[in-house]
Amino acid sequence: MPGLYRDHGVVLRTIKLGEADRIVSFMTQGNGKVRAVAKGIRKSGSRFGARLEPTCHVMIQCYRGRELDVVTQVETVEAHRTLREDYNSFTHAVTMLEAVDQVAQEREPAPALYRMLTGALRTLDTTPSPVITPGFYWKLLSLEGYHPHLDGCVRCGAEEGPFVAFDLAEGGVLCPTCGRLGGRRIAPEALTFLSRLVGGELHLAMAEPPDPLHLLEVERLGIAALEHHSERRIRSANLL
Amino acid sequence: MTAVYAGPVQRLIDELGRLPGVGPKSAQRIAFYILKLAPEDARRLAGSIVEVKEKISWCRRCFNIAEGELCQFCQDERRDRTVLCVVEEPRDIVAVERTQEFRGSYHVLQGTISPIEGIGPDQLRIKELLTRVRDDGVTEVILATNPNTDGEVTAMYLARALSESGTKVTRIASGLPVGGDLEYADEVTLGRAFEGRRTLDP
Repeated sequence: MPGLYRDHGVVLRTIKLGEADRIVSFMTQGNGKVRAVAKGIRKSGSRFGARLEPTCHVMIQCYRGRELDVVTQVETVEAHRTLREDYNSFTHAVTMLEAVDQVAQEREPAPALYRMLTGALRTLDTTPSPVITPGFYWKLLSLEGYHPHLDGCVRCGAEEGPFVAFDLAEGGVLCPTCGRLGGRRIAPEALTFLSRLVGGELHLAMAEPPDPLHLLEVERLGIAALEHHSERRIRSANLL
Repeated sequence: MTAVYAGPVQRLIDELGRLPGVGPKSAQRIAFYILKLAPEDARRLAGSIVEVKEKISWCRRCFNIAEGELCQFCQDERRDRTVLCVVEEPRDIVAVERTQEFRGSYHVLQGTISPIEGIGPDQLRIKELLTRVRDDGVTEVILATNPNTDGEVTAMYLARALSESGTKVTRIASGLPVGGDLEYADEVTLGRAFEGRRTLDP
């Protein structure tokens, strides 16, 4: 049928529309970011029910519209109930959704981004760990082409550590001399953790998480870097 | 766009255009309707807008809309002061009242915690709720926020914040809508309906 399509997607956010409708943003597997109207969803007898709440992984059937599509059918793939019923996990999940919402382009397929998001949500649902969200931010930055440079000073090229700061604009660490001129201070332990995250050792980092202070440092730096590159604030990060 | 209409008409169109869901075209249509109205009808409309702004404010105790210091529910002496029902908006009180199941008092949060919109606990009437629970001898707090993501987050937050007070905290049940169809129920709702099932007395 022309105009109708099916896809897998994760609900990123919902916005109220009119009396009983909502506009739902999805990160889909094959169509990139999609915004679609779910009609009558706020009525208690709606056949969509709780399937289109943020963090839900669903299979959707939509009718292609000029600007907004229209959701015609929804089936749950993963409801992530444990995650939704825990305040901490949920606020962390929402910051990831918001980051994806800012980075993803409408109707530009980004299967890698989709896979990363579903993976991160699934892990947060089954084995919650404070390492997941910072790991997600930095992997997202790498995916978008902002892989951090951690092996040498980004200004003078000095290869010998210790590195004391991180420059958001240059996307890498600074040596003590260059660090005096700017950049955000960062502890050496936090840098070691960061290099584990982006170096493909996320599982090891999850098994032995670092000191909460350093974890927070890496998480905050990740948010700052994302905000710097997307030039938009991640509003939900205030609630972490 | 430059103003095409005479000053007062354009001002009216601009003001109407600021209402929710009213675009420039609709604003123009409503403005011309008002122009054609009989003077007394127009004056009555203007009068009721002025009146509602002058007479109605937030209830000092529960933050419902009130004509005067306290709202109708807080003034009613027959209502149980020890049971509190927490809702998001004054409109939700009307919905709860229609059930005729609840005879306690209310507390209106005036919104929900919404990580996506960046609205935190400090922007809501949560501090006032905690003070009320502590000072008024409340024995039960019923959390009746909407069963959507933001409402659930708010309920989880409140349950945590109230846990120290020692008051009984309950959450309204979720399940299948009466008159609904099992086949179309989603997994989360149906799952909760099963969790909250109850014995039928023969």
